[in-house]
Amino acid sequence: MTPAAASIDDFAAAPTTSSTPVLELRDIRQVYGEGEAAVHAIRGIDLEVTGGDYVAIMGPSGSGKSTLMNLLGCLDIASSGQYLLGGVDVSSLDDRALAKVRNEQIGFVFQSFNLIPRMTALSNVELPLIYGGVKRAERRQLAREALELVGLADRVNHLPQALSGGQQQRVAIARALVTSPTIVLADEPTGNLDSESTDDVLGILDSLSRAGRTIVVITHENNVGDHAARVLSIRDGLLVADRRNRPLPTVEVAA
Amino acid sequence: MSVFETLRSAFRGITANKLRSALTLLGVMIGVGAVILLLAVGNGSSQRISGLITELGTNTITVRAGSGFGFGGGGGGGGAATTASSSSPKLTLDVANEVAKAGLGHIDAVVPEVQTSLTVANGATSQTSVSVIGTTPNYFTVTTAKVGAGSGFTAADVTSAAKVAVIGSTIANTLFPTGTPVGQTIDVGGNTFTIVGVLATQASVGVNDPNAVVVAPISRVQRSFTGFGAISSMVVEAIDSNSVTAAQGEVSVELNQLLKYNPASLTATAPYTVTNQATLLQTAAQSAQSFTVLLGAVAAISLLVGGIGVTNVMLVTVTERTREIGIRKALGATRSAILGQFLVEAASLTLLGGVLGVVAALFGAQFPINGTQPVVLGYSVPLALGVSVAIGVFFGVYPAARAAAMRPIQALRSI
Repeated sequence: MTPAAASIDDFAAAPTTSSTPVLELRDIRQVYGEGEAAVHAIRGIDLEVTGGDYVAIMGPSGSGKSTLMNLLGCLDIASSGQYLLGGVDVSSLDDRALAKVRNEQIGFVFQSFNLIPRMTALSNVELPLIYGGVKRAERRQLAREALELVGLADRVNHLPQALSGGQQQRVAIARALVTSPTIVLADEPTGNLDSESTDDVLGILDSLSRAGRTIVVITHENNVGDHAARVLSIRDGLLVADRRNRPLPTVEVAA
Repeated sequence: MSVFETLRSAFRGITANKLRSALTLLGVMIGVGAVILLLAVGNGSSQRISGLITELGTNTITVRAGSGFGFGGGGGGGGAATTASSSSPKLTLDVANEVAKAGLGHIDAVVPEVQTSLTVANGATSQTSVSVIGTTPNYFTVTTAKVGAGSGFTAADVTSAAKVAVIGSTIANTLFPTGTPVGQTIDVGGNTFTIVGVLATQASVGVNDPNAVVVAPISRVQRSFTGFGAISSMVVEAIDSNSVTAAQGEVSVELNQLLKYNPASLTATAPYTVTNQATLLQTAAQSAQSFTVLLGAVAAISLLVGGIGVTNVMLVTVTERTREIGIRKALGATRSAILGQFLVEAASLTLLGGVLGVVAALFGAQFPINGTQPVVLGYSVPLALGVSVAIGVFFGVYPAARAAAMRPIQALRSI
């Protein structure tokens, strides 16, 4: 299905010069455990992602791609190295400032959806806006628009368990979008979905990319990687390939 | 996150799992209700005891012959009990009259009593072991025994040793089940007495029935039954309830002089024992106090058990919701926002349960429990409420605080 393209401009990214990196990693390392039992999940990654790009990070399981994703989403803190998000070094931020970064700059889409059960689709989408201190009326409006964008205008008052997997993931995407974040991070967004729902979700990500969003998607599926403009391959905690499928997406301006 | 939003998300958390919330509510409610109600029952029974003792009269002193211990309403001791040696002076009617005439400042009246236990009969109907009290007319004004029907006997009856009697309501009911006993005759230990009055029914405090008595002029009882030796006791009325201690001192000094008793002497045995209702009141109040403490302990245990139940529910809730905390953190919730939500959730749940418990206890306290009207103790309400809310909030917030301090990915992975 095609998302309602008319409202996509509402969620267009803040204007960024296409050459500025919104995301920059400098020798990022992540070690779990100590001594003999230490696991080196990330062994030194340098990376720059330009604003408006659509990047896929691919690799087999155990390659460290999920660890990298958690670091990018500020869900975890790297053992060493520097991580700049929108020019700010987030590796040195305190808990409160990190919460603000997660709230304003990052929209996270999980493989297992991670919607809060017993809260309606609308309430789930509203949640990041609540933590962002947005007023109730405005919040309602933004959440409705985001759900409309992912084609769930008629499901706003459904509980997650009353929705299909594809619909739940679309609610999660709406939730990731609703704050107009700097980047949208998607961790195996289609991992739990059938092929039809996969196409829906990928279609939505494509249209978001066309609207100027910066998207980073983690996957081990090639068909998901094919949608991205740039594909990074990761293996044993190191970047092994950096391939560009297409030029940097250009923002479509609605007529 | 605003206060309003915190309240909203807390309300959502409570309504999300209705059964769990209801069980928590119930646990707190029972704990709080039990504490308040049990303390109210303890307090109520202690107030009832005080009330009964006040009814006995708090401005009288009882002087008993002999050095025996123990006090209790309506002594059943027969005859003139004396434990003092025969050579030393005894508590006699003369001594009682001397005390009455001594002009002691804090004393209003002295009522001598002789007491024995006899069988009384009306024709074929009889009752054994009835307490027969020989006394003076002021017995009916000083003690709690009041004439209900007919009249008391007079001073003239005492002078003439008239065979008249005032009977207790139990005797009246047993021997005269129909018709009025006043004016009829009864047989007391083989002597025929004319009934002039019936006593009003008195509340029973001891093992003896205060209504199973026959009261007659002291001269007649001495002449017919007990002899003119020592009397059983005398009741001394102080001028008011504040003068009881002073009156007790005056009576003791006077008696020591009359009975040639030196309280400082190690060999002498006291020929009399003085008790007053104030002492009795104090002892009873103490025992009622320990009863309340006992009930309080039982109540505290039920509050503790209720608290453990709440703790359990709260711990399970937070463990279950650690993933939710992870999601909320990933979406940008600060630690304080999460803590605020769980704090309000736990506090409102336990507070609501506590208030329901208070309401239930106040309602329950309206009805007598096992004959005792509970009286709610003021401090028990905030105490029970405070303890239960503190338990609920601590165990609701502490695990949540730990989860909120995790990195989001740790909280998200825990399931």
